[in-house]
Amino acid sequence: MAKSKTYIEDIERTLYDVRDENRPRFRSGTGLSEEIVRDISRRKQDPAWMTELRLASLAVYHETPMPAWGPDLSSLDMDRIATYVQPDAVMAGRWEDVPEEIRGAFDRLGIPEAEKESLAGVGAQYDSEVVYHSIQSSLTKQGVIYTDMETALREHEEIVREHFMKLVPPRDHKFAALHGAVWSGGSFVYVPAGVEVKIPLQSYFRLNAPGAGQFEHTLIIVEKGASLHFIDGCSAPKYNVTNLHAGCVELYVREGARLRYSTIENWSRNMMNLNTKRALVEAGGLIEWVSGSFGSRVSMLYPTSILSGEGARCEFTGVTFAGRGQHLDTGATVLHAAPRTSSVIHTRSISKDGGAAVYRSGVKIAAGAKGAKCSVNCDSLMLDDESRSDTIPVMDVREDDADVGHEAKIGRISDEAIYYLTSRGISEDEARAMIVRGFVEPIAKALPLEYAVEMNNLINLELEGARR
Amino acid sequence: MGENLLAVRDLRAGVEGKEILRGVSLSVGKGETHVLLGPNGSGKTTLMNVLMGHPRYEVYEGNAVFDGEDLLSLPTHERARRGLFLSFQTPEEIPGVTVENMLRTARQAATGKKVGIAAFRKEMAAALEILKMDGDWAGRYLNVGFSGGEKKRTEILQLLTLKPKLALLDETDSGLDVDAVRVVSNGVSAFRTAENACLIITHNAHILSSLSVDGVHVLLDGRIVKSGGAELVEEIGARGYARFLQAEG
Repeated sequence: MAKSKTYIEDIERTLYDVRDENRPRFRSGTGLSEEIVRDISRRKQDPAWMTELRLASLAVYHETPMPAWGPDLSSLDMDRIATYVQPDAVMAGRWEDVPEEIRGAFDRLGIPEAEKESLAGVGAQYDSEVVYHSIQSSLTKQGVIYTDMETALREHEEIVREHFMKLVPPRDHKFAALHGAVWSGGSFVYVPAGVEVKIPLQSYFRLNAPGAGQFEHTLIIVEKGASLHFIDGCSAPKYNVTNLHAGCVELYVREGARLRYSTIENWSRNMMNLNTKRALVEAGGLIEWVSGSFGSRVSMLYPTSILSGEGARCEFTGVTFAGRGQHLDTGATVLHAAPRTSSVIHTRSISKDGGAAVYRSGVKIAAGAKGAKCSVNCDSLMLDDESRSDTIPVMDVREDDADVGHEAKIGRISDEAIYYLTSRGISEDEARAMIVRGFVEPIAKALPLEYAVEMNNLINLELEGARR
Repeated sequence: MGENLLAVRDLRAGVEGKEILRGVSLSVGKGETHVLLGPNGSGKTTLMNVLMGHPRYEVYEGNAVFDGEDLLSLPTHERARRGLFLSFQTPEEIPGVTVENMLRTARQAATGKKVGIAAFRKEMAAALEILKMDGDWAGRYLNVGFSGGEKKRTEILQLLTLKPKLALLDETDSGLDVDAVRVVSNGVSAFRTAENACLIITHNAHILSSLSVDGVHVLLDGRIVKSGGAELVEEIGARGYARFLQAEG
């Protein structure tokens, strides 16, 4: 029988790859020096404490070595990265007021459309600054604040100061320090006690400038008994030079509050995505992470949940798709620091065309966290022989009265499964796609609908060969 | 004998150069039910897999004509689309793909037409009823976590939904209790019409009780050593394969 070759098509990127002509109003010099950091701080009219935080972070950055574990970061040359690129735009509250070429980028991505249909608020960041922000007035009336970080720093300075880089201190690692020094843009959300935000808020981050870094800071506080679904999406067009994303996300989930934080990351293949995300969950609170990593050349991303109060919970659902030339090192970390806390980690990764998908998790159950429960389930699927998949789970259990389960599977699409489906009249390529879609099904179910559709579209098939 | 649906002629086939079928000839006519008997390892499952086009098997000689077409040159999915069906002894588990999703995709692939969800569900409901399976069955992931009996019933559900011309049933009754065998047997009876046919591998006669058998073939060491009527089933049930083994030796 003539054997034809089938493969799962690469992620369709045309949409993201359009570069826009926006001459920045200001672009910092490349590299990192006290002078550049002071200049960014001056331009952003930081309060004195923030300037100090930036400079202290810079000092930590200089004295901290590059992480020696994980993916190879040697192609990242900080001397060639512009850390601050200010677009030629002022933040607008109406899309009409956003300069046309910038608006075009968001139009293509369907953001204004999604806002009309299914979002209660939208923020859009272009390079280093937020260019658009809106929130439904009904939410404002209930005391919900959703704005860019710079505005938050001006209008809610005390809240920001109390929380900013307290969960992710600059000393955490080299890129947290870098972030502290040069951060710009990002979102601030405050949901007062008891307020349920029923429709999601979404921020979209677009890095258009070549050879630049994006260092947005997201700070979300969900007060007692309140709830929120926050979505963040990111993309960039492809350039031949390395771009860097080192954002920071700090989430505070108070007693009995719920926060769902969904991310779909679709960076271009010249991006180093070294992002830090952390949530602090108090008694009875719930953090739900939904995380899709499709783009970038290198990703290191391990959202952390600190379950600090009794009965606090974490659910992490993640999917990673690594194609040619990609090394995506992703996972999750949970610290069970109180009794009866529970966590469920559920991930799926796919690698093809020589891509590498590594799952890395760290679960720690502290002494005294009696009745803590943790269940980790991570499956990997390799679509060919040149691709790589690794699972590196670390468990540190210091409490006897705890229930910890871990399950990991690494596999390939079996010939028998293909044969079974083709024996029902389904073509070989469709059978393969069905199996891959089935593999990510549990994750697709957790994604916001438009992203689930997008992910399914990613798994398209093409048939090559002589058989037809 | 009805009009020939399947005609296998001098079929020699095996795995990695090792011949398992050593010249099999067999015909199944429209509207007929045939039974394939033989001890373990005689090549029964191999014959079914070669007919269905399992990629691991090699055909060395001979041919098979199915409904007027050369079967062995077609890829598996084309054989299925032309009306061939195999009920597997141990069907694969396909996580994340529901029974309904698979069947609807298969139907669409066979007919080239979009199949409406509501109409398809109604049709499946009738088949589920015959097989005494509850309604949410169709929403379960294909064979995942199913017991042996549930897998077998799901195979027959597929048979009833896809309505092939020729059903190859590979020990669809094995490992089932008497009641379950009756349910499966009813399913096969519901499938059979004057236009289609069945070739059944079985080790017991229960599944045949509600079917009228038109031909019985005894496969031994890769060859059909005896063909006859329903009486052969009883004879072998009573006395085993000893008589044929001697003749062979």
